Amino acid sequence: MGYRAKLSILSAFAVLLIGIFLFMGLGSNWDYALPRRTVKILAIIITSIAIGFSTLVFQTITNNRILTPNILGLDSLYLLIQTFLVFLFGSTHVTMLNKNVNFAISLCFMMLFALIFYQLLFKRAGKDIYLLLLIGLILGTFFGSLTSFMQVLIDPNEFLIVQDRMFASINNVNTDLLYLSIVGIFLVGLYTLKYAKYLDVLALGREHAVNLGVDFDLVVKRLLIIVAVLVSISTALTGPMTFLGLLVINVAREFFKTYKHSILTAGTILFALIALVGGQLLIEKVFTFSTTLSVVINFIGGIYFIYLLLKENRSW
Amino acid sequence: MVEVKNVSKKYGDKLVVEDVTLKIPKQKITAFIGPNGAGKSTLLSMISRLIKKDEGEIYIDGQEIGKCKSNDLAKKISILKQSNHLNLRLTVRELVSFGRFPYSQGRLTKEDERHVDEAIRYMGLEEIEHQFLDQLSGGQKQRAFIAMVIAQDTDYILLDEPLNNLDMKHSVQIMKMLRKLVDELGKTIVIVLHDINFASVYADYIVAMKNGKMVHVGQTEQVINHSTLKHVYDMDINIQNINNCKICVYFS
Repeated sequence: MGYRAKLSILSAFAVLLIGIFLFMGLGSNWDYALPRRTVKILAIIITSIAIGFSTLVFQTITNNRILTPNILGLDSLYLLIQTFLVFLFGSTHVTMLNKNVNFAISLCFMMLFALIFYQLLFKRAGKDIYLLLLIGLILGTFFGSLTSFMQVLIDPNEFLIVQDRMFASINNVNTDLLYLSIVGIFLVGLYTLKYAKYLDVLALGREHAVNLGVDFDLVVKRLLIIVAVLVSISTALTGPMTFLGLLVINVAREFFKTYKHSILTAGTILFALIALVGGQLLIEKVFTFSTTLSVVINFIGGIYFIYLLLKENRSW
Repeated sequence: MVEVKNVSKKYGDKLVVEDVTLKIPKQKITAFIGPNGAGKSTLLSMISRLIKKDEGEIYIDGQEIGKCKSNDLAKKISILKQSNHLNLRLTVRELVSFGRFPYSQGRLTKEDERHVDEAIRYMGLEEIEHQFLDQLSGGQKQRAFIAMVIAQDTDYILLDEPLNNLDMKHSVQIMKMLRKLVDELGKTIVIVLHDINFASVYADYIVAMKNGKMVHVGQTEQVINHSTLKHVYDMDINIQNINNCKICVYFS
């Protein structure tokens, strides 16, 4: 089966799921339900693109199949920024009330962090993936601890507001951000077009990429910023989803068995879409909201991750 | 012509390449020889911009490499390092096609396909061109990587110990292939070799390095002699003339 056929099947399946999600049991109150469901679907689509593509790009620049951008502590940083803003200004300040302002601040900090991380680590320890992992992990934990420390100190009412931010989910989409995110994704897409052709070559590793005329440092830096923006968007919109990226990208790799990023990108995004819409359907219809999507995704993702570790162990 | 002027490289406090000045002649095979840790690979990596030099200048056809666009350089000079582990599952043909990236930026034209075909034919890989690299033997894999460099179609080809882990037959095959590249296609090849007999038989020029310094340079006949090799390797090497080739007997 060719790539095209596989992609068509996946797209058809995704469209089918979206159709079910939008129109199932719509009933007479459709003018109430449909816009709400549409918002959810839009959020899911944006999240799928952001998570799928950022994970793919991150794995390509680190040359590793079991990493996700979370290893840099990017999503813990987002939570830290939210808590810090409440801690500093209180929940009624403009930085919390105006979600667009809030988003812009978070985005700037995360891009700044990605750049610093790049300068300090990627350049110096670029070859030493273990150091990178270790420091990323420690930073993630550090951000997490700082977050809970500040949460203990703030007013309980304010804590509730922070918590609402932290457990963003698809049931609780940050609607105000939706349009900003769509614009954001669109701009990132335009910016990425220029660098997309380098992805395949980057996957060969630094030395081959330089030999083939890629300005490695510059391209990696730009791509890392793209990753930071995408992680910000998806975390702000639907909350942290640790394993989703890892899950879908590896399923896509197994399914397509190719190195071509044009196909992998489309595949990863479609798988993410299917996982999220399918998962959300499960949550709403089977579990009747007794659990959240991120729990399901992390459960399945965790199992798959262990499987991956065992399998990678025996070299493939 | 490649010109290296007063180039140095430090790792921490240790000078691994010290003040090397060198001209590499065109359309010849130049071999870098010397003991482990002499700085041969580092020098090669600096010439190919894989690592930054701390001091000095390197000119390729009169242009300083730091001032060239990376993509333009990729059409002039190519390098193959000794370890070529890939995280990707590629077929031979896909790998060789990557060699065309500086020209095609990922979209292969008919012209590119022709170069790929030629490179595959040149390295005798037609029968295995659709096999995956991880299913190949070390020799086949090495040939596939060399084919990628040939497809890149650069005037200068730098090879870092391409004979590593290859048996005698494949080593000789590859050296003959390189000789052909120089004699028939007019390429300039710079190669790091550990077996001085391959250098002695196939290279036109030899650059001998020791402790980061270039200690001898010249035509092969001038460098392969008892006193020079004694200086480079600290070994008494007996040199015999067999079939008009100078063969170094260093095993005992």
